Amino acid sequence: MSAPLLELAGVHAGYGPFKAVVDVDLTVPAGGAVALLGPNGAGKTTVARVVSGLVRPTAGTVAFDGEVISGLPAHEIARRGVAHAPEGRSVFATLSVEENLALPLRQAHGTARAAELTDQAYAMFPRLGERRAQLAGSLSGGEQRQLSLARVLVDPPRLLVVDELSLGLAPVIIGEVYQRLAEIRRLGTALLLVEQYVEHALGIAESIVVLRAGEVAYAGAPLPTDELSQLFLAAG
Amino acid sequence: MTLLEARGVTKRFAGIVALDDVDLACDEREIVGLIGPNGAGKTTLFNCLTGVLRPDAGRVLFEGKDLGALAVHRRARLGIARTFQRMELFAGMTVRDHLLVADRAHRRAGGLPSDLVLRGRIHPSERDRVDRVLAQLGLLDDGDRPVDALSLGTGRLVELGRALITEPRLVFLDEPFSGLDRIETDEVVATLQAAHAERDVAIVLVEHDVTAVQHLCERVVVLDYGRVIASGPTDTVLEDPAVRRAYLGVTE
Ligand SMILES: Nc1ncnc2c1ncn2[C@@H]1O[C@H](COP(=O)(O)OP(=O)(O)OP(=O)(O)O)[C@@H](O)[C@H]1O
Ligand SMILES: [Mg+2]
Repeated sequence: MSAPLLELAGVHAGYGPFKAVVDVDLTVPAGGAVALLGPNGAGKTTVARVVSGLVRPTAGTVAFDGEVISGLPAHEIARRGVAHAPEGRSVFATLSVEENLALPLRQAHGTARAAELTDQAYAMFPRLGERRAQLAGSLSGGEQRQLSLARVLVDPPRLLVVDELSLGLAPVIIGEVYQRLAEIRRLGTALLLVEQYVEHALGIAESIVVLRAGEVAYAGAPLPTDELSQLFLAAG
Repeated sequence: MTLLEARGVTKRFAGIVALDDVDLACDEREIVGLIGPNGAGKTTLFNCLTGVLRPDAGRVLFEGKDLGALAVHRRARLGIARTFQRMELFAGMTVRDHLLVADRAHRRAGGLPSDLVLRGRIHPSERDRVDRVLAQLGLLDDGDRPVDALSLGTGRLVELGRALITEPRLVFLDEPFSGLDRIETDEVVATLQAAHAERDVAIVLVEHDVTAVQHLCERVVVLDYGRVIASGPTDTVLEDPAVRRAYLGVTE
């Protein structure tokens, strides 16, 4: 068996005296899809942020593609092929929709390819195409989320960490984003999905990790929803 | 009896028609859902009804009276409150302080900002009002905690408390459950239902969590591209093919 693409071993992390994550092991195989589940406050977002380098683990290691990446700056981790689609909205408020898409894509792929990818983004999220000249800061909450997701979805990394994909999105859009996630997976992107809406994540992930108070309560094949609820409730 | 009635509300932004001739009515004590795709105009409608934005056309009646160009704080005094799509709590301040400031801001007769300062005595009537809201929302044990130490779900209850302490007749809630997990959502829904049962308050709820909308609202209005595309009993409307296509995205 080949080495996993992402491997967390004995990871601890926290904020000051607060231990958000305790001794977490987690692996994502190349091209695999793993859902990280658990109630709010269980440490899911912290694990996601540790992977992308936004939070430094206090102990343990994170390896990507066989090399230790924990301790590297976030931009270096990104350069190696890990993208983090963050919770909340992250767009340049004072740039237009089009500029928000095209500027980073141009930097990575040149003008011609960036134009193609921008058109793909508009095909995926028609609303963004209708509003390409609008300043991103005046978009609605869910339109801003679509914009921040669009960029990673048209330019898939080797590992995509998606945190709270469904936040603020209309059901119709959530459905479309999940379809696209399945597509980029077929194209070879591995996924680490942090989700509140268990049903969505279970539709795509072949294995799950359930966190409870910062610790791994379960890791393995997806469980039926009633067993999952039991795990979640025990966490309260 | 009809509490709120918006007729023909229209709002444009630089070439975009965000609201196009929208009607919305809400009875006393009713909970109405307002749903629709991202960018449909839900938050814009809230802004027009609460006085943050001036509609380009249309009228808004509250208890039968035309609100005209009445400013936000004047509408608040009539009993119109809201919570925001993005939480706006002050780090470092306790839950109790949030409610107290909201109470004082609502009651001051256009006084100085220093009236809100938390130094000095708390009037027994203020304490009573704050305690009543804390009790109603199950927050008595959290009263003296800084809001930063709260879970997201509890933070949402504080936002709700800030609206309720003004003893509104009508509250606009903009995505109060977003980011909450299933368990937290169920808890906040139950708390909201209990507070609603004890008060003479109507609610207009914007929310993408359709399950929560089904639990709370007997009636919903659906916006798409700034127009009302459906309205009526929640279950009927959610079966409507146009709504399924535009909002739910279910194709069968
Ligand atoms: N200041 C503005 N300038 C230009 N367009 C604007 C402005 N404010 C809002 N809009 C546009 O008006 C439309 C309605 O926005 P609104 O925030 O009301 O949507 P919403 O229904 O609340 O969506 P969401 O579910 O994403 O929160 C959106 O397409 C938005 O881009
Ligand atoms: Mg909105």
